[in-house]
Amino acid sequence: MEPSNRRGWPYYLLFLAVFILFPFSLFQYTKYILFLVNMTAIGVIGALGLNILTGYTGLISLGQAAFMGVGAYTVAILGTKVGLPMWINLPAAGIITTLVGIIVGTPSLRLKGFYLAMSTLAAEFLLEYVFKNWESMTQGVQGLFITPPRVFGIHINNDRVFYFLSVSLAVLGVIGARNLFRTNVGRAFIAIRDRDIAAELIGINVFKYKLVSFAISSFYAGVAGGLWCYYMTIINPEAFQLSISIDYVAMIIVGGMGTLFGSVYGAIFVVLLPEAIQRLMEVLQPVLHMEYTFAAFKQIVFGVIIVIFLVFEPKGLSEIFSRLGNRISNRKGKEAIQDGSLPGSRNTKG
Amino acid sequence: MSILQQLKHKDKIQPHLEIHDLSLHFGGVQALHQVDLEVPRGILFSLIGPNGAGKTSLINCISKFYEPNAGKIIFNGREITPFRPHAVARFGISRTFQNIELFKGMTVLDNIKLGRHIHLRSGAVAGMVYLGKAKREEERLEEFIDREILDFLGLTPIKNRVVATLPYGMQKRVDLARALSAKPEFLILDEPVAGMNREETQDMITHILEIKKAWGLTVLLIEHDMEVVMNISDWIVVMNFGEKIAEGTPAIVQKNPEVIRIYLGHAYSET
Amino acid sequence: MDLLIQVLIAGITIGSIYSLIALGVVLIFKSSGVINFAQGSMVMVGAFITYALVVQFKLPILLSLALTFVISGLMGMVIERFVLRYLSGASLISVIMVTMGISYILDGGALATWGSSNFTYPKLFPSFSIQLGGVKVSSVYLWSFLTSMVLLVVFLFFFKYSKMGLSMRAAADNQKVAVVLGISARRVLSLTWIITSAVATAGGILLASISALHVNLSYIGLVVFPVVILGGLDSIPGAVVGGLIVGALEAIAGVYIAPYLGGAFQQVASFAFLLIILLIKPYGLFGTKEIERL
Repeated sequence: MEPSNRRGWPYYLLFLAVFILFPFSLFQYTKYILFLVNMTAIGVIGALGLNILTGYTGLISLGQAAFMGVGAYTVAILGTKVGLPMWINLPAAGIITTLVGIIVGTPSLRLKGFYLAMSTLAAEFLLEYVFKNWESMTQGVQGLFITPPRVFGIHINNDRVFYFLSVSLAVLGVIGARNLFRTNVGRAFIAIRDRDIAAELIGINVFKYKLVSFAISSFYAGVAGGLWCYYMTIINPEAFQLSISIDYVAMIIVGGMGTLFGSVYGAIFVVLLPEAIQRLMEVLQPVLHMEYTFAAFKQIVFGVIIVIFLVFEPKGLSEIFSRLGNRISNRKGKEAIQDGSLPGSRNTKG
Repeated sequence: MSILQQLKHKDKIQPHLEIHDLSLHFGGVQALHQVDLEVPRGILFSLIGPNGAGKTSLINCISKFYEPNAGKIIFNGREITPFRPHAVARFGISRTFQNIELFKGMTVLDNIKLGRHIHLRSGAVAGMVYLGKAKREEERLEEFIDREILDFLGLTPIKNRVVATLPYGMQKRVDLARALSAKPEFLILDEPVAGMNREETQDMITHILEIKKAWGLTVLLIEHDMEVVMNISDWIVVMNFGEKIAEGTPAIVQKNPEVIRIYLGHAYSET
Repeated sequence: MDLLIQVLIAGITIGSIYSLIALGVVLIFKSSGVINFAQGSMVMVGAFITYALVVQFKLPILLSLALTFVISGLMGMVIERFVLRYLSGASLISVIMVTMGISYILDGGALATWGSSNFTYPKLFPSFSIQLGGVKVSSVYLWSFLTSMVLLVVFLFFFKYSKMGLSMRAAADNQKVAVVLGISARRVLSLTWIITSAVATAGGILLASISALHVNLSYIGLVVFPVVILGGLDSIPGAVVGGLIVGALEAIAGVYIAPYLGGAFQQVASFAFLLIILLIKPYGLFGTKEIERL
């Protein structure tokens, strides 16, 4: 929770200015950076959804990518076959994915822990199978092309235009999630994660709330998938396979499960990592003469990072940053005490 | 009508809670065997007996954590046996836990807010939007808890502390606060002063009696501290091996030879 | 009817390999409560190491096999010592993801070392084939079936009667108490991972002998989960029986159902089957049910 900090408003204004003006800058790499930001924004929305389900409610899902696929195909099919406009398709993607989530969740949520994870794994494979084989709807492995809709005359998949859409939706997503956990529904989720039996006994209908968590998570996944479809303009089943689901789980683990900004940090990390590796390999290639393919190296680095985080900092980046933040503010507090601007009592953050 | 009169006229007024013929077994172990109980409205009703007597099993049946194998539980004249656990809480029955069972990663305030969950109406969408319905509800909730729970139990200074950082006695108090937050009519307390010293026990009992009086609660108490039980109970039921073996006012139960035998051994029952 | 029998035989023979691999997963779970998502990768790497020793280094077969088991055993020990040890008591998702991370490292390493082509596997066993119910069954399948059965019996006895086996079960059940009783949880866990790696390697060699050698062999680590759930996560006989049943089911699905539904349905069939099991009997045929206490 941000403290209401009157003195902070110039910073907010600055951020807002940068946010609005950056896409129009003439910096050489602007387009590339916009691309990265757009991919990250999509990742943030997907990761928020997964974090609500897994980080806050404690329900493991290995199927987030498949649900994104449902959203993506919904947008594509509604756009190309039915000809509906974007402002209907995108919410529809969320809603249809929510319905699929409820259908998958209703039998699965009676299961716990590993068994629930397995049923989401099965859902992932079965949905992938549907994407590949329901060719009349999805065009199978060939892929489905869409003509991106226009906003103010420009195609939505233009990096600049998409940036405003995706980042706004990502911010809305964060705010929505933050609000959720200030109210009884969000608290119920956390209670279910911590002690689900006690939660049931104090009056929380655990099954219902698990389903609600699944529904919200699916909605986020659907919207993320819809955005992906609009940005990529072509979607195929490969974009929604198990490895992508694992990417999302990695996002929330590296970022910090059960924290809002964990989803943001994790998405940034997982999106930027392959890019960083690519650049690194381009630099090292002439020097080291390695035959290593990008895929192999990326896999190894990804695996190593996951293992390192889980062994050394299972609470993820948000914990690391929060500790750093505490150290800085403690030092400031010490300095303030020493130079007399603050009376003796120390402010310790909890 | 005074408690004593009420106790005498038990058959004529509908009891707050009735248990008929309740049986429960786990595999080969019989936890409860045809137990009958009647708890009149507004009294402090104690359940005592050695460990394994079936006391916690009994209240776990009331909460529906366990599904009884036979028998009925009737609350306010309505049979609640077929209902799921979260529904039982909605009928106005709240409880504390032997092992506390608080949500340790959350703050004291959030735990107490969760106690009041059954009265909160905002759904997921309203929650995510927050401004408007959900915000008002949260504000009213905080106001209620500040006014009626935190202050009364002396929890205001620690309301934003994470439960896991609190000492045992405080956690017990938060458990009570959570149960009270729902403003129940029937309060089940499972060993509320277990592991507490004299002073903490005194505090806790004072709080329990005060709130019972202020809110007109019926209290079902499980406790091992005999001094407490004998001092504050209106009626006591003694259990052993899953059966009710004695009941009555403290004075009567104290003199029951069977009860003496269970607690103090054969030699004493002869006196 | 003839076709059905042939399909069943084909399915059961492949199923015996599933059993072998599932055995590795059950072993780790039984001894440490960890669910090993890296089993498939260990299978694949085991097969590749043997290949490297036999084909690339041109060592004699028996020596290669011995060396492979030593190397993979070391690999298992390293995984336990440097990774899993720090995650004792961690949440389920942490454990799943850490083994997933390990599988990524193994897969990436194999991909980097050998690339993504198909390799023909060297003939490691005397090859012959026998006629079984009208189906020509090659010796590889017989070897794998035999190996599964032998290991089943060995591990059953091991866990039930041997001192080390009992210690393992105790350590898995309640680590703290086990330590108090003098059971070195560390030694138990190291040993478990060494054994599992060896089992995985055996599975890998057999699997590569049947199909080709390719880094994608690690996918078998996923197929194994329907087996483990059907059989029961903590049941050794369950792993074996489950493997055979899932193998048979996949074969049947491939022949009878796939033509109608299209695509590679047999891969998904086991997961559709998994869903059904989860709905009816999540603890599987022989698994022990978990009970919650308040």
